Amino acid sequence: MEQVIDIVLLAFMVVTALAMIALRNLFAVVMLSGIFSLLSASMFVLMDAVDVAFTEAAVGAGISTVLMLGTLALTARAERTPRRNSLLPLAVVVVTGAALIYGTLDMPHFGDPQAPIHQHVAPRYIEDSPREVGPPNMVTSVLASYRGYDTLGETTVIFTAGIGVLVLLGARVDRRRCNAQAARKDAGEGRS
Amino acid sequence: MRLHSILRTMTKLLMPPIMLFGLYVQFHGDYGPGGGFQAGVIFAVAFILFTLIFGPTRARQVAPEWVTTPMCAIGVLLYAGVGVATMLLGGEYLNYNVLAHDPHHGQHMGILLVELGVGLTVWAVMVTIFLNFVERHDHAALDPGDGAEDGHV
Amino acid sequence: MFETVLGLYNYWIVIVLMMAGFYTVIARGNLAKKVIGLNIFQTSVFLMYITMGAVEGGTAPIVSEEATVYSNPLPSVLILTAIVVGVATTAVGLALVVRIREAFGTLEEDEVLALEHRMDRGA
Repeated sequence: MEQVIDIVLLAFMVVTALAMIALRNLFAVVMLSGIFSLLSASMFVLMDAVDVAFTEAAVGAGISTVLMLGTLALTARAERTPRRNSLLPLAVVVVTGAALIYGTLDMPHFGDPQAPIHQHVAPRYIEDSPREVGPPNMVTSVLASYRGYDTLGETTVIFTAGIGVLVLLGARVDRRRCNAQAARKDAGEGRS
Repeated sequence: MRLHSILRTMTKLLMPPIMLFGLYVQFHGDYGPGGGFQAGVIFAVAFILFTLIFGPTRARQVAPEWVTTPMCAIGVLLYAGVGVATMLLGGEYLNYNVLAHDPHHGQHMGILLVELGVGLTVWAVMVTIFLNFVERHDHAALDPGDGAEDGHV
Repeated sequence: MFETVLGLYNYWIVIVLMMAGFYTVIARGNLAKKVIGLNIFQTSVFLMYITMGAVEGGTAPIVSEEATVYSNPLPSVLILTAIVVGVATTAVGLALVVRIREAFGTLEEDEVLALEHRMDRGA
């Protein structure tokens, strides 16, 4: 049963991605990207990664879609027909995809409990985290305690992104000029 | 938006449950899925909904710049400060065991404070980014010198 | 042969998604669409990572009495960080797109480059 849901969700995601490439109306593309995020959040739930699904649904389908819509409101609504030759990018993409698929032939099968990824640090986290750290949610204990440095770095990255957007779109100096212009425009409209 | 009374009423009804849910996710990150990031984003979504319905000027009255901009930094400082506090109490940087009388309570305390810092920063940054995008729209509308709004249609 | 396909088809479909995002980034000229394509690429990389961490018959990594086998918590932690960093990068990228539109009046890559060359030659 799980495999059926798995295949159906992946098929939906492939169809959504291909539609996003083909469509030229950027509003529709943004809506499809929200759907893509939501489908991937469902896939994460299927893979037993519930924290990741939560974050992907909130951040990907929520914040990302809203920011892209905000950008569209400030810029164009549709993409121009691509004029360049698309055979070379297609060739590059096919070659890269073939190389990656050739690389996966070495990987352990999906769901294999004997895979190397489950043998080294993960058993220690699973067995010792209730005793050493405490919280039942192992992901929180690994995130905040065992790998606390990474989370500190991540918080700093979010802070830096906020500063970056403030620098790019802050425009505090122009507010007085904008208010003066608005006042002049209102006075002009009132007269005529 | 004065005519859309359904949207305005539903926003006023929905905002408190959304913020309550955000707080629940923040503090129950230990027992179920959740934690600082998700809580910060959900809390910010309440403010984004308010901005969509009532406009950026009224949203700035609720979340003014002198609150959101320092709050971005306060979260990171809280996180780094917990590390410095553990160093002052005798352990290494970010070793939560020394924060309380026994290691179990120390870890609990440390995780609580750290997730709070993360939630504060994420909330402030998301609100700042969104409000800056929206206010740029007003700035661009008043300054018509940069070409048409609707580019290629 | 059949067991290989059965065990690895997840990764292959995710690679197809990755390549769809990659194609959008390199083949389309509209800057906003490139950012969206980058988002598709990121999300499919996350999917691949989380697929590696799933264990057959396992459950979510939250300690409970009924569970015997837990899925690996480590990929979840790393991807949690990556998702939030991804949205931060997307926000800065979209802010840059807005500024480029304001400065050049267009979002198509070749038109922006042509305008820039004209400005360089003129100045």
